[in-house]
Amino acid sequence: MDPDLALLLNGVVSGLLLGGLYAAAAAGLSISFGMLDVVNIAHPAFMVLGALIVALLWGATGLDPLLLSILLAPAFWALGAGLYVIYHHFFERRGDEAIQGLAFFFGVMFIVEVGLVLAVGPEQHFVDAAYAATTWRLGEIDVPLRMLVPAVVALAAIGALALFLRHSFTGRAIAAVAQDRDALRLLAIDPIRIKRLAFGISLAFAGLAGGALVVVQPVDAWSGHVFIGRVFAIVIMGGLSSLGGCVLAALAFGVVENVTASFFGPSWSPAVAFGCLLLVLAIRPQGLFGRMA
Amino acid sequence: MSDVVLRAHAVGKRFGGFTALSGIDLEVRAGERLGLIGPNGSGKSTFTNCLAGAFANHDGCFTFKEAPLAGLKPHQRARQGLARTFQLPRPFRGLTVAENVRVPLSFGGRGAATMEAAMACLESVDLAGKAHRMPKDLTQVELRRLELARATALQPELLIVDEAMAGLSHTEVDQILALLFRLNEGGTTIIMIEHVMRAVTEFSQRLAVLVAGRKIADGPPADVLALPAVEEAYLGR
Amino acid sequence: MSEAIIPALPTQAPRRRLGHAGFWLAATAAAAILILALRGMGSEYAYFAATFVLQYVVLATAWNILGGYAGYVNFGAAAFFAAGAYTTVAVSKAFGLSLLPCIGIAALVGGALGLGTGILTLRLRGAYFAIATLCLSVVLQTFIVNWSYVGGSRGAYILRPRDVPLGFDSYGGYLCAVVVVLAAAAIAIARSIEVSRLGLGLAALRDDEAAAEAAGVPTLRLKLIATSISGAMMAVAGAPLPYLGSYIEPASAFGLSYAVNAIAMPLIGGTASWAGPLIGAVLLASLQQAATVTISSAANLLIVGVVLVVFVCVAPHGIIGLFRRRR
Repeated sequence: MDPDLALLLNGVVSGLLLGGLYAAAAAGLSISFGMLDVVNIAHPAFMVLGALIVALLWGATGLDPLLLSILLAPAFWALGAGLYVIYHHFFERRGDEAIQGLAFFFGVMFIVEVGLVLAVGPEQHFVDAAYAATTWRLGEIDVPLRMLVPAVVALAAIGALALFLRHSFTGRAIAAVAQDRDALRLLAIDPIRIKRLAFGISLAFAGLAGGALVVVQPVDAWSGHVFIGRVFAIVIMGGLSSLGGCVLAALAFGVVENVTASFFGPSWSPAVAFGCLLLVLAIRPQGLFGRMA
Repeated sequence: MSDVVLRAHAVGKRFGGFTALSGIDLEVRAGERLGLIGPNGSGKSTFTNCLAGAFANHDGCFTFKEAPLAGLKPHQRARQGLARTFQLPRPFRGLTVAENVRVPLSFGGRGAATMEAAMACLESVDLAGKAHRMPKDLTQVELRRLELARATALQPELLIVDEAMAGLSHTEVDQILALLFRLNEGGTTIIMIEHVMRAVTEFSQRLAVLVAGRKIADGPPADVLALPAVEEAYLGR
Repeated sequence: MSEAIIPALPTQAPRRRLGHAGFWLAATAAAAILILALRGMGSEYAYFAATFVLQYVVLATAWNILGGYAGYVNFGAAAFFAAGAYTTVAVSKAFGLSLLPCIGIAALVGGALGLGTGILTLRLRGAYFAIATLCLSVVLQTFIVNWSYVGGSRGAYILRPRDVPLGFDSYGGYLCAVVVVLAAAAIAIARSIEVSRLGLGLAALRDDEAAAEAAGVPTLRLKLIATSISGAMMAVAGAPLPYLGSYIEPASAFGLSYAVNAIAMPLIGGTASWAGPLIGAVLLASLQQAATVTISSAANLLIVGVVLVVFVCVAPHGIIGLFRRRR
């Protein structure tokens, strides 16, 4: 096979796998930004927090990092619920303090990142999962398990989330609160409680995505910055509140970014994210799959 | 007809799969007092927003003072002399009452934005005494008057008053009506969108009725209200 | 209505304000006094510390023109700041120009950057503009790191010229005086905007964009003007940076210190007027200068982050807001 074609195919495949991972990161944001309209720019910082905690726990216990991520999810959920309570008390209730709300999450992001640097240092952390050395070969195409397993776990988690949102009472309440919180109140459901739950889920996914990420590549305290552009671009491209759109956008994005990196070098990745973001905002702000307001 | 100040021709607006307006034809003559009524969800607010430029109508067109409005942004329409109030008053909360009025005076393109002009505007709505207060210190009816002051500061030829009477007491409704009559006497064409029937029937020379996005009646109030279709729309008979 | 038995609250007439010319005069006088005072001290460290603080005054004031006056948050202040710094590096390397022309060109670059970002995102919600500026930082840094002409990731040197212009005793003193003038000008510009028609329009669109449009305010145009001015001024804040430490590299120029401080200083000082960023900048920058000696710079930044979050929760109108409420 022509080596450039092989490079391209491999780029596409690993792009898809990376995309699965990005989808988990973006799914959480799809809930907080897309459904709850909370601009949590600290989301990637919490991913990094999850990644580093998983790395440290793996170092201490040797348990499978993805298992650790799943076990860690409830803690992140609680963190998210607590963060939302604070945000709601100081900002959402007031309603008119838009820039202060944004600055709040910026400050939180800062505290998490700098806190991590102070706590674990600026070096990169990495985990070696049991299957990390294995790579399946399909002809000319390499499918490293190091990327496949996290992607599968991530997509499974998103699938579970989608089922939850569609079929459970609480899940449907979350979708409803995104559309009309007053109607929700008329049904004697406390919209604040629902939003708290949802924001917790959002952060739980951030932690999960972080844990999956550290299996794929090394992570350091500042890694979140590159992810900000990625996850927001994906969520916006996917149409904000549509999980399906999010996954498709993430896969497409992963492919574009990875193929670009294969041919032009990895240092241009942030430019890809930013370029996609600007393009979408300029041409079709409701995303590729969203509906016009 | 040179005295037609506003012409709406086959105006239509869809939101995704939902048709909010369809085939609206309307003509308003200079100096007229037109009332626009209809049940909730009939498209009155959508019509106002399309006319003011906040939404873009998919079908049809508006002509204002013989010139098409298509493509003009809301602030451009305001400068042309097309003013509107909002259903729920939207004052500039960080500015004083007088500064609220100075905004349209400065940007409306009709004369100077001096303190004197602002005070004159406020006096015409009886708010001069509260010129240096903040909007949060005003009562509901005072906020409605501020809305009107901001709209009239543009010296509009056409003023759209969107449900200004909601929640007001009997005397408060009379206050606002008196204001609007004064404005109309001064030459301003007024379209009143209202649910409070007493107000709109007292005020209007002509009544147009919207139901489910279509105009079903257009004529003198007494005639329109007697139509069986209108009774059915409101009372479901 | 006028026969009310309960006496109405006395209506406060607004205080008479200095006209444009008066304020510029006052700012010029303050600048002159500061320059002379620093020259009297003659200490290189005093020059350095003052320059450090004053560049933040320019940065915070610039940020506030879009953030405080118009209500649009720019998370990428570091990008604009670094753009100014790297403009100086590129232009002085290519054309051998001295500091002052570099500052002028930096203003153009910053303005163009602001305008460009604005055109693409200001038609949409403020949140999208904020996100776009957040990405801008990362992208610009990537671009600079890959641009070897300005040193790439290795960084670049600029040597201070041996001849000190305008008869100052040292280049440090000259640089400090330049930054004093820039700070005074920035404040005067901010204040001029604040009391002008532009400022009124920005305040209206900050409070309610739809209502502002209905009142005849050309909101998109005003937002683009504010973004351009803000961007230009932030780049101007960064333009002297290469001469301050003589060596710059992407990690520090795009540093988070600039990003968080540009936001924290106006929010802590108060976003409603020109005085807020000045107070916030002087306070925070001085504290950080003092703290860097005693604690690590990372801990330093952590404190800024915590103070920002606390202030934003508890005193959303900043220090000025706390004083206004007491009256």
